[in-house]
Amino acid sequence: MLTYIVRRVLYSIPVLFLSSFLSFLFVSYAGNPLAGLRQNPRFSHQTYLNLVHQLHLDKPVVVRFFYWLHDVFTDKLGKSLVTGQQIWPDITRTMSHTAQVIIISESLAIILGIAVGIYSAIRQYSVFDYMFTSVSFLGFALPTFWLALLLQIAFTDIFLRWNVRIFYTSGLNSNPGGSPWSLDRLQHIALPVATLCIISFALYSRYMRASMLDVINSDYVRTARAKGVPEWKVIMRHVFRNALIPITTVTALNIGGLLGGAIVTETVFSLDGIGFWFVNALNQKDIYEVMAYLVVTSVIIVVFNLIADITYGFLDPRIRYD
Amino acid sequence: MLAPQGAVEGTLEAGLQFKVRSQWSYARMRFFRHRLALLGLFGLIVIFGAGIFANYIAPGGFSKINLNDFQYLAHPSSKHLFGTDEIGRDEFNRVIWGIRTSMEVGVFVAIVSSLIGMFVGAVAGYYGGWIDNLLMRLTDLVLTLPALAILLTASALLGQGSQWRISGILVAFFWTGIARVVRGVYLSLREKEYVEAAKASGAGDMRLMFRHILPNTLGPIIVNGTLAVGTAILVEAALSFLNLGIKPPTPSLGGLINEGQANPQQWWLTIFPGFTIVLIVLCVNFVGDGLRDALDPAQRRVRA
Repeated sequence: MLTYIVRRVLYSIPVLFLSSFLSFLFVSYAGNPLAGLRQNPRFSHQTYLNLVHQLHLDKPVVVRFFYWLHDVFTDKLGKSLVTGQQIWPDITRTMSHTAQVIIISESLAIILGIAVGIYSAIRQYSVFDYMFTSVSFLGFALPTFWLALLLQIAFTDIFLRWNVRIFYTSGLNSNPGGSPWSLDRLQHIALPVATLCIISFALYSRYMRASMLDVINSDYVRTARAKGVPEWKVIMRHVFRNALIPITTVTALNIGGLLGGAIVTETVFSLDGIGFWFVNALNQKDIYEVMAYLVVTSVIIVVFNLIADITYGFLDPRIRYD
Repeated sequence: MLAPQGAVEGTLEAGLQFKVRSQWSYARMRFFRHRLALLGLFGLIVIFGAGIFANYIAPGGFSKINLNDFQYLAHPSSKHLFGTDEIGRDEFNRVIWGIRTSMEVGVFVAIVSSLIGMFVGAVAGYYGGWIDNLLMRLTDLVLTLPALAILLTASALLGQGSQWRISGILVAFFWTGIARVVRGVYLSLREKEYVEAAKASGAGDMRLMFRHILPNTLGPIIVNGTLAVGTAILVEAALSFLNLGIKPPTPSLGGLINEGQANPQQWWLTIFPGFTIVLIVLCVNFVGDGLRDALDPAQRRVRA
């Protein structure tokens, strides 16, 4: 097991290196980040050239990549191109907000998804089953941003007509620097949490139902019933525990993706998370911030892929890593 | 009973009737028995038909303004089915033209990425070796990067563009998935006896790849291609919603929702385009599921 983990980590290093190199090539060929300054009449041409030289923009792109890589390791992902500020504090701040939202919404989605998945599988083709099958089909077809806007309209704009304020549609706190564990924060993040929760719930409940059905129809479950094990025990001890195995993989991969990718939801709710920060960096064409985001999220995805594989091996002794 | 084309009918000596059916006619029968898939197909024909005949259903184009009876932000009414937007354009017209844009993106991405994925997957799976290695490492790379972020980066740095440019960007990321699927099928099929037999009777690589193996990979390709239509439409909508997709004034359903977001009190500007996206993707997914059950019965989940 340990050799497997070490091998996977070692393998992911060249993959990460290559993916960041390709992203860097792509990002830097796509445009001159200082084009705005060049046209600015208050900037002399000499100042512009000095700046270009200072930021190594006059060097070939491969050399620039290594300058950037040097900054990544020695200067914690380097400095922003537009503001000249350190990038790392921005990442930790926004990441903490994203993590708060993701952890709450995913915990809810997993609990609900597993419960509904189990019940739908036991009562297959019942009204309950059909109802939640439709819900999850709908969940797969819903554009996240539209769901977010619907929740805003339904829970904020309509209530505001009667001057009732329950949920907020943007930001994290009413006053900047408010506590992350307060009622006020809850009122702000409730709608983004609900958006992500609905989308993930559709996924989890569907997978849970399918994997329960897979196990329910297997031979050893029939054996357990035949030797007289009570039905609830068959479900909880024989079926449920084995049906959970595929869900852990799905969950780990989904959370890994979301930590870097709740981009749309965060943008709709102007939530100071890492996805929203990334969209702003894109709009300002700040290539170092964009690169920092890509590196951080790639690392997160690789780590969560690894977690998915390891938990799978841990839960299912039939899987061997050698 | 559906009479499949090209079926051979006859009577045995004992008086028993028989009918020889091809795999495709069995698949077609299974598909037409799938009620949800038929519903989806019907929905798709209606919605995409509206997009194709946009000139007739919404004449005058997507930015027509009626100056004789000018109304902006009007409620939905019999005159303006989906209301009007803030400069008085009829929202129904814009949604119909938006369907056309989304449809173009979805269908183009699905077809082109299926073709590329089919070809690359075939070569990688059949020959193996460095081509296979390269393909697998490439898909590893694509899987390491956050997909939406890369798409956003691409379209942000290239700038907003026509629906064809956005489709091109989507294709660049969609083909790897299909290539992986096709490669898997080729890997298992190239060891089969019938391929061996064809090789023994002198078939060349090209003939083996495209004449003998390809027809057996069409099932997964069609299913994946169909589902890709829905995914591409959803991704395009997200890009356009973030102002990083299709350049206005070309209406796209995601772009319409983005415009509607500025007027949250006018709910119809948000509801109708979004609802259209949901309907399209639902129908596509129903058809895709039906096709999967029809073309790949072995993969079907237990149904008893």
